[in-house]
Amino acid sequence: MSSNRAPRRDEPGVVEEPAIAISSSGDIVIARQRGRALAAGLGFSGSDLTLIATAISELARNIIEYATTGEVILGQAGKNGRPGIVIVARDEGPGIGDVAKALSAGYSTGQGLGLGLPGVRRLMDEFEIDSEPGHGTTVTVRKWLR
Amino acid sequence: MRVPILKQSQYVIASIQSALSDEDLLQLRDDLAQTVGRYRSRGVIVDVTVLDVMDSFAVRTLRAIAHMIRLRGAETVIVGIQPEVAFAMVQLGLTLEDVTTALDLEEGLAHLERQTAAGAAHVK
Repeated sequence: MSSNRAPRRDEPGVVEEPAIAISSSGDIVIARQRGRALAAGLGFSGSDLTLIATAISELARNIIEYATTGEVILGQAGKNGRPGIVIVARDEGPGIGDVAKALSAGYSTGQGLGLGLPGVRRLMDEFEIDSEPGHGTTVTVRKWLR
Repeated sequence: MRVPILKQSQYVIASIQSALSDEDLLQLRDDLAQTVGRYRSRGVIVDVTVLDVMDSFAVRTLRAIAHMIRLRGAETVIVGIQPEVAFAMVQLGLTLEDVTTALDLEEGLAHLERQTAAGAAHVK
């Protein structure tokens, strides 16, 4: 089952950086540091930089934990004249059987599926997920400059 | 990179200097569990001031450190969580549960002094 629309690589106005391969915990650090640097260049404030870096860290961590390998693609986008950052976390792992449950609210890991996706959703402005058992997972998140 | 651990009287201070990988955090956990025994320390301070991200793994590992140190008979105080990091933790739903935190190194040391003084008074 998939929810929302699949993220498009050819999204208009999106300028993507080269994909960051995620296969070890060191890659998580690299991905979040690059994301922070890109967001800083776009003009995000200190607290937003932390929220963005933390979201990237969690998404990259899910790749390692559930799919072993994958990639994070950082990009800049625009919406109604406001610049923003777009982060795509993609893997070809087992996929999520119950996307709705994985996204169900609940602050503790005892609820939902414990993937931390509801938390990542709260850190960012927009959140899309495309996942199917056996066909991997792609999560796309965006945050716009205030 | 490995986190330096300094001995200060009956306490040890782990002062994180840069972003840490998961392996670095696990190394810190193991190093601290050993160090409190070697120095017979009463308390441990983990200074996270420089961390700009504390994700689920970092928070889980800090909780594990505090619980392990308690089992070794000492107290742990996490100091220096930055305001934006605290905000991100709240948004993510991450908690340190019963782990003691303090604003900075000075407050953390003061807390340990009170704890160990209270413990000493109780024994008399």
